[in-house]
Amino acid sequence: MAGMIDVQDLRVSFHADGRSVHAVRGVSFSVAEGESFGIVGESGSGKSTVLKAIAGLVASESSTLAVHGRPIAQRRTKADRRQLQFVFQDPYASLHPRQTADQILREPLIIHGLDRHDARIAAALDEVGLKPEHRFRYPHQLSGGQRQRVAIARALILRPPILLLDEPTSALDVSVQAEILNLIARLKQANRLTIILVSHDLGVVAHLCNRIAIMQAGKLVEVLTAEELRNGGAREAYTRELVEASRGFTRAVAAL
Amino acid sequence: MTAPLLSVENLSVSYPGRSGVTKALREASFTLGHERLGVVGESGSGKSTMGRALLGLIPKPGVVTASRMDFDGQSLLGASDADWQKLRGRRLSMIMQDPKYSLNPVRRIGDQIVETCLLHLDISRREAERRALDMLEAVKIRQPDAVFQQYPHQLSGGMGQRAMIAMMLVAEPDLLIADEPTSALDVTVQNEVLRILDDLVRNRGMGLIFISHNLNIVSSFCDRVLIMYGGRILEQISARDLGAARHPYTRALLAAAPSLDAPRATLATVTRDPAWLE
Repeated sequence: MAGMIDVQDLRVSFHADGRSVHAVRGVSFSVAEGESFGIVGESGSGKSTVLKAIAGLVASESSTLAVHGRPIAQRRTKADRRQLQFVFQDPYASLHPRQTADQILREPLIIHGLDRHDARIAAALDEVGLKPEHRFRYPHQLSGGQRQRVAIARALILRPPILLLDEPTSALDVSVQAEILNLIARLKQANRLTIILVSHDLGVVAHLCNRIAIMQAGKLVEVLTAEELRNGGAREAYTRELVEASRGFTRAVAAL
Repeated sequence: MTAPLLSVENLSVSYPGRSGVTKALREASFTLGHERLGVVGESGSGKSTMGRALLGLIPKPGVVTASRMDFDGQSLLGASDADWQKLRGRRLSMIMQDPKYSLNPVRRIGDQIVETCLLHLDISRREAERRALDMLEAVKIRQPDAVFQQYPHQLSGGMGQRAMIAMMLVAEPDLLIADEPTSALDVTVQNEVLRILDDLVRNRGMGLIFISHNLNIVSSFCDRVLIMYGGRILEQISARDLGAARHPYTRALLAAAPSLDAPRATLATVTRDPAWLE
């Protein structure tokens, strides 16, 4: 199946002090053009590492890692990078504290040699619902939600076909999260984006994604649709446990 | 009719600053029995400030005022440092969000729990060690002997949080304030920690104030819920009736959270009304 993103047998290991940690142990999936694919798991499951491996932020091995049916090399070219843009969890950490929104958005335009910087920056801010007055503010002069909007604008200013989102709302309050999730849904529709969203929150993933992968200990437990997840269609015990736990507190003691 | 464990009237906290006084908590009034009381709100709503004010932990130059703040028949207003020493850790306790910052990184888990015992209970060191081990077992730590000897960095997040709960509960407090006790934990571990707290309320008759930003957890875990916004308690409601909440803010918060079971095309956003704070 030729998708927008094809991942076959992806493996990531980290080595330090003679010890190895196998963070991702043979993960395969593919994402069709315009699809929203979610990855859910608990801490240490390897979900963020999969996303970073696709973006080329960590070294990985795989039998296939292809975008648009074209394999991408471990060392990403500028053209590869322009296709895959990343939004990180914590907008406090992912924006340079001494750059204004204007500088943050200008940098990718310079790197990729695009023209009409001022017009593109103004349009990008408008697209994510920021006003012209936010353009020359530093991150500390913006709220958490506004900062995440700047991070999304930075990712989209290169018009990438693919957006990789790593827990984009888990540092935000519920009401701000709702605004950002609505924004992502609107931008995806308007720009026909292919999205991979990583989150620990089943509600967030099921809201935005049509297909959802469950990860545990570096492996894919199963892939199912949001419908199946909702209607008790999970085949694996671990998935059912996650769904149960995400519905809230229950007295019953889980089987150990 | 028995008197409530805690009754608070018009509790306010303000911080004087260069640009005027910031009101972090505005005239909060509520009572607590031997129950699980949830406190829900977003950042800046004053929920943590309220928890700290109840323990006399508002740092200077913060100003705490109240017309009444009674704990088990004793007024906490005007309690001296010595009075607080006798109450905190012994009868009133607090669990914070992240065990990484609230356990002493250079002391073994066991020693930290034993210290609490020796400070508050009139018992021998040997007896304190026995109680510390029992407590580690009570919070479902599988190898209490091993964990007793370990340092905080050797424990996972869930283990560290359990160790901290053990430390806070070993003196058997009557009131526990838990400030986002499970927010740093995975969902499956979260439920185990909640079960431990639940047992304590049921079996020991402890009162619990459970501070959280997560409406889903609070509504499924607590008996009653206070909804806070801008330092004010907007609504008090029984957890089971949360779905029928009347205040527009509570309803907006419920509608803003994406839910696995009730999919929505667009999430509702919260429109804030300045009149809520009047």
